[in-house]
Amino acid sequence: MWAIISLLVENKTGILFKVTNLFRSRNFNIDSISVGVTENPAYSRMTITTNSDEKRVTQIVKQLEKMIDTVDVKHLDEHKTVYRELCLFMIKISKASDSMEINKIATAYGGKVHDVKKESIMVELTATPHQIQAFEELIKPFGIIDVARTGVAALQRSGS
Amino acid sequence: MVIELMNKMETMTGAKALMTAMEKEGVKQVFGIPGGANLPMYDEFARCNIRHILARHEQSAAHMADGFGRVSRKPGVCFATSGPGATNILTGLATAQADSAPMVAVTGQVPVAMIGRDAFQESDIIGMSNPVVKYAFQPRTASEVPGAVRKGFYIARTGRPGPVLIDIPKDVQQNEAEMEFPDEFKIQGYHPWADPDIVACERAIDMLLNSEKPIILSGGGTIISSAFAELQSIAETLMLPVVTTFKGKGSFPENHPLSLGPIGMHGHAEANKMMTEADCVLAIGTRFSDRSVGTFEAFEKRLKIIHLDVDPAEIGKNQTAQVAVVGDVKASLRIMIKLLLQRAIKKTEESTWIKHVKETKAYWKENLKIHPGEMGAAKILRKLRELLPPESIITTEVGQHQMWASLFYDVIQPGTFFSSTGLGTMGWGFPASIGAKVARPDVPVVDIAGDGSFAMTENSLATAVLEDIPVIVFILNNYSLGMVAQWQRTFYDKRMIGVDQQNCPDYVKLAESYGAQGIRAQSMDELHKAIKTALSSDVATVIDIPIDPVEDVLPFVAPGTSLADMVLPS
Repeated sequence: MWAIISLLVENKTGILFKVTNLFRSRNFNIDSISVGVTENPAYSRMTITTNSDEKRVTQIVKQLEKMIDTVDVKHLDEHKTVYRELCLFMIKISKASDSMEINKIATAYGGKVHDVKKESIMVELTATPHQIQAFEELIKPFGIIDVARTGVAALQRSGS
Repeated sequence: MVIELMNKMETMTGAKALMTAMEKEGVKQVFGIPGGANLPMYDEFARCNIRHILARHEQSAAHMADGFGRVSRKPGVCFATSGPGATNILTGLATAQADSAPMVAVTGQVPVAMIGRDAFQESDIIGMSNPVVKYAFQPRTASEVPGAVRKGFYIARTGRPGPVLIDIPKDVQQNEAEMEFPDEFKIQGYHPWADPDIVACERAIDMLLNSEKPIILSGGGTIISSAFAELQSIAETLMLPVVTTFKGKGSFPENHPLSLGPIGMHGHAEANKMMTEADCVLAIGTRFSDRSVGTFEAFEKRLKIIHLDVDPAEIGKNQTAQVAVVGDVKASLRIMIKLLLQRAIKKTEESTWIKHVKETKAYWKENLKIHPGEMGAAKILRKLRELLPPESIITTEVGQHQMWASLFYDVIQPGTFFSSTGLGTMGWGFPASIGAKVARPDVPVVDIAGDGSFAMTENSLATAVLEDIPVIVFILNNYSLGMVAQWQRTFYDKRMIGVDQQNCPDYVKLAESYGAQGIRAQSMDELHKAIKTALSSDVATVIDIPIDPVEDVLPFVAPGTSLADMVLPS
């Protein structure tokens, strides 16, 4: 299963190391991770996505809860959560029409176009990992030069 | 108000604050070795009431603190300098973490401004120790020291105990600050004890009552929480047979009619047999390690599992429990006892199951084949048991002798047997026995050892002699790395590689060269006399007992097999 785990941690040096080290030493993998300070500067929010079976996800949540530096750990229900990732694509332009076509696809996905050059174009996309994957499939034929992704940020919908 | 508060604060160095805070925690002694980066804290020994016990290797200092901690149930403290001093304690930290032993290790570190510049004797001990400590502090200013000590000791001894590291840069030790020693403090993300769920306790009782062949599996958690009386009460009230894990050995008196002894790779035959036949297990304070249960799948296949543990992350980690009670196991057992009282449940008539259990136990007591020679392991350890008072404390090294101790040395008084069971650290037993003896100077302390394991920390003899800590080292000497040799005989077609230690050193002479007493025992008569002499001696004693180099430890559950596949002596 694909799981989004949201952690509220103390905003101190070394916590990111401890969290990622826990995943490594317990033989779990991290798909993506994003970290940022919260409205209260004493805390940071980490959002981690991982692929595993349910039993192992439960176990990693418990191990994270056991960590003294974590204040709150939640395995988020993706159906009750807003989750997005920001992604930047540098795409190859081979012929004049490519630019137009890429622009069209980007618009369909709510993306923005930056840095239009003769040989390349950059697209910024904020979407779910699933949508980003679909977009990637569509632009693959043009030739992807580079990709940078932020990892998922997620918040539960209110009342859930 | 402000003035009052100011009066309570005192100006002192970080090193002085460390010692003051440790005195407030009740620390009476520190095991350690000084070096460049921890000299300021060492200088404070001249001005405080804490005894320093000099080890000969930082790993041994850590094991001494560990042994002290397990026996006294208060964090043992060890000191080491930066760099290699700190890396040398890693094995000690990992051993304490694997066996949930309370410990506080204090290391010196290079000055704050030098951190990250590959300074002389700099090691990133915070980074290196992360997976093997319960928590680590690195105060960056002197005023942070008292809080780190207060929280460190609290974390080390509460909930599921474990080792805590406090790494103090040299300038933080030297700098002066206004110190406040907090009585109260808050650690937001730390919840050491949950309240046991009464409904779950009720369900646990029902499940036990509705089972035909229930059994208790008692682990190290029973010993850590001193739930001996509670365990015995539950076992007797419900007339349940009791097996233990190796770490739980001696959580239940092994001369009790309901006791079957440890299960596992080298468990008692009757314990493994009955564990395999049981249909419901009340598992107390155990993580179902592979050495105890064999393959996870086979173990849980036909069993209903009730799991009591202080650590929620243990529930469902290795075995799936039908009923789980999270909380201190002593508190959980007390609730169960109260519920049984309320429901006026007390079994008085022996079930078919318990009759079968007792018959099986009696059969194996009679029929387990042991080494036929005069100096076989079983006979040697039964002789030791016969001559030691019940309150004596045993530590063990790691290897064949450790498993023989599990098989043939019966623990009568609960909580008197300690071993490196999780990490399996060779060299643990002897320094740990020194820590144990410091915690309990009033009782005999014996390290049941093998020659291979003892060789790893034998220089702690200097500590035992010079610090007047008269422990007994009881070496079953087969002149080899016996357990490895057994595996080479069993699994590697008798190709013996790297296991022959020959007769080197001579342990009697070695003991004498340190000023300890060395005795060789080559017959039962000599052994009897040697144990008597050691018990009445006020100096550390090494008893060297030559044994058959090819004696195997049996029964044996091979790795990757289930308890039902136990190999018995033929």
